[in-house]
Amino acid sequence: MPSVATLPKSGAAGAQTAADAGILVVDGIVKQFDTPEGPLVAVDRVSLSVRPGEFLAVIGPSGCGKSTLFNVIGGLIDRYQGAVTVGGETVRGPHPAIGMVFQEESTFPWRTVIENVAFPLEIAGIARKERLEKAKRFIALVGLNGFENRYPAELSGGMRQRVAIARTLASEPKILLMDEPFASLDEQTRLLLGDKVLQIQQDLQQTTLLITHNITEAVQLADRILVMTYRPGRVKRMVEIDLPRPRSSDVVSSEAFGRYVAEIWSDLREEATRGMQDEESRTLHAGAAS
Amino acid sequence: MNAAALTRSRIFPLALGLGALAAAILAVEALIRIGVINRFIVPLPSQIALAFERVIVEEDIAGRFRLTLFEAFTAGAMITVVGVSVGLLLFRINILRQATETWVAALASAPTVLMYPLFLVIFGRSAWTIIMMGFVAGVPPVILKTIEGLTGTRRVLINVGKSFNLTGPQLFAKILFPAALPTIFVGIRLGLIFTLINVVGVEFLINFGGLGQLINDLAERYDLPGTYAAISFVILVSVCFFVLTEWIERWLRPVD
Repeated sequence: MPSVATLPKSGAAGAQTAADAGILVVDGIVKQFDTPEGPLVAVDRVSLSVRPGEFLAVIGPSGCGKSTLFNVIGGLIDRYQGAVTVGGETVRGPHPAIGMVFQEESTFPWRTVIENVAFPLEIAGIARKERLEKAKRFIALVGLNGFENRYPAELSGGMRQRVAIARTLASEPKILLMDEPFASLDEQTRLLLGDKVLQIQQDLQQTTLLITHNITEAVQLADRILVMTYRPGRVKRMVEIDLPRPRSSDVVSSEAFGRYVAEIWSDLREEATRGMQDEESRTLHAGAAS
Repeated sequence: MNAAALTRSRIFPLALGLGALAAAILAVEALIRIGVINRFIVPLPSQIALAFERVIVEEDIAGRFRLTLFEAFTAGAMITVVGVSVGLLLFRINILRQATETWVAALASAPTVLMYPLFLVIFGRSAWTIIMMGFVAGVPPVILKTIEGLTGTRRVLINVGKSFNLTGPQLFAKILFPAALPTIFVGIRLGLIFTLINVVGVEFLINFGGLGQLINDLAERYDLPGTYAAISFVILVSVCFFVLTEWIERWLRPVD
């Protein structure tokens, strides 16, 4: 297994090595899947380190293994090479220090907002009165006061995703791991929810790892952005985002923001083009075979 | 009041349903009186209404109703407990599911009522023959729908549970079961339909007691209004079950 030190370093800041003291360290992850066409390397020697209180975004084109990386870090898939450590402790499987927010709608439709948010506290065995009080605080944090007794079916997609975020935060994870949490939302809601996430991250000093394919979202939210290559997913480069904090969606109109977006797009364009060509080629071959 | 407000009203849909039923009864009454429907095959609804008092007073309808309700309730409880447990087992053990699911589906569509002589030999001429016939007929849909509900649970909900480090039993109790509940209840309702049909059918066939036997007696006496009045009581048993299952489902999962 090649160590992270042998990985190519590129870009303004260079890919951070596992040697850096991070609360979350991903070291040389390789994940391969068996497919009918043969073995497929989804993630290849990916290493990263997230500092306490930092907001790191991982960006890449569709098919670059972002979600695979999310599942590896979250402990939802195993049989991979490399290591994930949280506070120096190697983890294999879901870890209480990592809270996950999923891309798909993940609230429990049979529970009210407050019951959803109190779910991890219920699992932890906290008394009902105490957990509901605590849940109310997290509901307020995501700006859903007054909706405590509503069911998810009565809420909009953006509100449901805020419930999911509050539920994860209620478990008080050291690291918040989010997989394209705003992917199914419209652009305006996405920007406003981004504001909410920024505010929460700043208020709680919450270490956050965001997986996304949206450049503006990544630049709006992150301190650093790790750009991945198209299949197999490798670290292409790490970009430091030197935009002032506290930040809000107003930052999208700044000149610096535009420069970062252009810079990252120039990296991603090549990968996205490769992904599109690969997809077209596979579709063509599948058509010819049938 | 516009159409949307009428739909939201609690009273209006109920009144509309009862009104439609009353209109259908009046239409049948009129069709029989003008000779379109043969009154020797279908009695007048007004005669059926008059027969209720006679059936209640002379035929011990309360006792028969209780017996049929007891048999159907016992069989219903058994199909729920056994059906959900077996469904869970087949969901957990994939090889077992692959080996048996087709057979369970075949059993669901088989006319098991024809096996009543075998059940008579095993359980004797008793309520247990009727209960077991109801059980055998009603359990397959509960098993199949339990499997369908559990396998249909969205992956992301299971992943949420895993991310919170839920144990296997916690994952089942807190996520899989509530997520599968609507589908499981579809299975229980289907199972109850098959159970009730078989309970009344076997009561009818083995002349043991309950509403099925009463329907048989009245039909053999060619008391058509009385027969239809007794059938109305079977419908009442069915209504009791559906109200009960709906209440339990709303209690377990208040909103969908």
